Amino acid sequence: MKLLIRNGRVICPATGHDGVADVLIEDGRIAGVAPDIVAPGSETIDAAGLVVAPGFIDIHVHLREPGFTHAETIATGARAAAAGGFTTVCCMPNTNPINDSATVTTYIVEKARREAIVNVFPIGAITKGSQGEELAAIGSMVAAGAVAISDDGRPVMNARVIRRAMESARALDIPVIEHCEDLNLSAGGDMHECIDSVRLGLRGIPSASEDVMVARDIILAELTGARYHVAHISTKNAVAMVQYARQRGLPVTCEATPHHIALHTGHMKPYDSNYKMKPPLRCDHDVAAVVDGVANGAVDCLATDHAPHAGDDKMQEFENCPFGITGLETALGISLEVLVHTGQICLNKLIALYTSEPARVIGWKNEQARGALKPGYVGDVTILHPEYPWTYDVKNSASKSTNTPFSGKTFRGGPIVTVVGGQVVWRAPGF
Amino acid sequence: MPRSLLGIEELERSEIEQILERTKAFQPHGGQTFAKVNTCTGMLVVNAFFENSTRTRSSFEIAAKRLGADTLSITASGSSVSKGESLVDTLNTLVAMRPSAIVMRHKASGAPHFLSRHLSTPIVNAGDGTHEHPTQALLDARTILDRCGKLEGLRVAIIGDIQHSRVARSNVHLLSKFGAEIVLCGPPSLLPREMASIANGVTLEYDMRRAVRGTDVIMMLRVQLERIHEPPMQAGEYFRFYGLRQEHIELAHPDVIVMHPGPMNRGQEISSEVADSQRSMILSQVENGVSVRMAVLERVLLQ
Repeated sequence: MKLLIRNGRVICPATGHDGVADVLIEDGRIAGVAPDIVAPGSETIDAAGLVVAPGFIDIHVHLREPGFTHAETIATGARAAAAGGFTTVCCMPNTNPINDSATVTTYIVEKARREAIVNVFPIGAITKGSQGEELAAIGSMVAAGAVAISDDGRPVMNARVIRRAMESARALDIPVIEHCEDLNLSAGGDMHECIDSVRLGLRGIPSASEDVMVARDIILAELTGARYHVAHISTKNAVAMVQYARQRGLPVTCEATPHHIALHTGHMKPYDSNYKMKPPLRCDHDVAAVVDGVANGAVDCLATDHAPHAGDDKMQEFENCPFGITGLETALGISLEVLVHTGQICLNKLIALYTSEPARVIGWKNEQARGALKPGYVGDVTILHPEYPWTYDVKNSASKSTNTPFSGKTFRGGPIVTVVGGQVVWRAPGF
Repeated sequence: MPRSLLGIEELERSEIEQILERTKAFQPHGGQTFAKVNTCTGMLVVNAFFENSTRTRSSFEIAAKRLGADTLSITASGSSVSKGESLVDTLNTLVAMRPSAIVMRHKASGAPHFLSRHLSTPIVNAGDGTHEHPTQALLDARTILDRCGKLEGLRVAIIGDIQHSRVARSNVHLLSKFGAEIVLCGPPSLLPREMASIANGVTLEYDMRRAVRGTDVIMMLRVQLERIHEPPMQAGEYFRFYGLRQEHIELAHPDVIVMHPGPMNRGQEISSEVADSQRSMILSQVENGVSVRMAVLERVLLQ
């Protein structure tokens, strides 16, 4: 089975390729990138005028299955991913039950194999039940297919426990992904601590709650030698500390979400839970620092933190609403707007942030190698158009949930075709 | 759009002036009670109080009755909220009973703002979490005006748990719109530095003796222990540093008035000597509460 994507502008940051070429995918793997490939009997996509990139990777999503299937399932989350141009997602372990054992990891892997139209890789819990006390069955989860560990949403407050987790992760060569939030400093908070939280009478989550944990973890990463990854970085100090850690040669990485680079507290509609997430939307100077970090390389990759919540859960008093917004379908549109159309970075760099860079953070190898259009790599391709105008209407979302502040927004540029393992799994309406 | 009253911050000075002016028509004189004016006969006002309240709920109820409106009061403990119904569903149920206005108190900041986006019935905010309590600020302004004749240029010290006070926020916005000089004072953990920037004319002071010096009005606030996770300081120490006593009155303007939104904790934030003195406006505030709420309800009902 062959798929030939013809005449697109092929951008592959990992190989440095940028020019019109054909991409051939054969038996689910990249078979070649060259002008005028002749491949009789292949299905063909005409990508003239479009950009052909390696399949986009999102290393931070919540698929809510098992346990919260009223908000999302592996199948619907995967469809939302495909509609956003993503071919691979890594799902966080805060399901019910928590993914803290090989049994749950295997359940997700098997369910995804049967029902998901994109690649799904589970992230295992750091601690049992994400309670922050006793290490989860990390080795068994990795053997079952987990690619990283994280207690996302439930930061590990005990420094000794995260130290031991880092030691295990180092031995297994997987990254430790931390949701950095000192819970004592953020307790009860509903939005970023700033003049707006004081004015609105909402309890604040200070930037310091993130900074304190990033500092602690970088010290422990040095102690243990573990690959350490900061999830959804949102503060100026945290970006500076990651930069400092890398100057010291530590294997420390971080991701930023599209919403944390696009929105600051001034964009919030008062008491609208579609603006409530963790970390919270920060002040403009924090946002500017994260955008600078993306531009200067301090931020390694972009990830959505796609966090679906059922409508009823978000239709409440602000302080009772859960944290998080969906993000898969709007990620590319937002990041083009904030980063590329403003001249902060070029399109090639943006593609790297969604392909080669997240692949490097996780470290897929051998037959799982992805994030580049190299022969033998998985046959995942994202075809996009950096300019075409489209309007996001959450009513048409593939996700089961609608908690996004971006519904109704018109974007300039977005995904056109999503190809997973040589199969077209999604096409933009009209293409 | 229904003409809700959600907060002072979004009101124009002229709107506030109209309410305060109309309030005068409802103030009782001497030993009279509030006049029954019947401008809102046949209308239904629902008081939905999802947080405990005695004075504010009674005050709204009396105000509505004096206007000739019918009233229905619902409290959280007796409502379907305690059976797990969502706030939107509860309010939609009430709206289906066709009230002319809903007066609402809720422990969550922004609860009435959130509801007003989903309901067609006007809402009067009777206190939302630690955000705003607009009718309290209006009745405080009426009380100050009755005594001092103006707001502009007055020095007003608001002392106590500023962080958790919706009364403080509404008063800051109101007084600022009228050009008063506002001094906020309290222990550091209850007085966020950002408060200095929420309106013009606000300064912060952690030393109570400096806060009251030369001041025309002193508003005392109670420490809202129910909203605090760790006490700011030991109770005895609180009264020593932030409790209002006669010695503070002597530092203030000779005609200083003392206010308190209640409920008041004697020996905690205010001494009985001051609370019961001629300076104390506490009962005038309660009385003005009814008149102000008549003006507010009438404005909402007769829009």
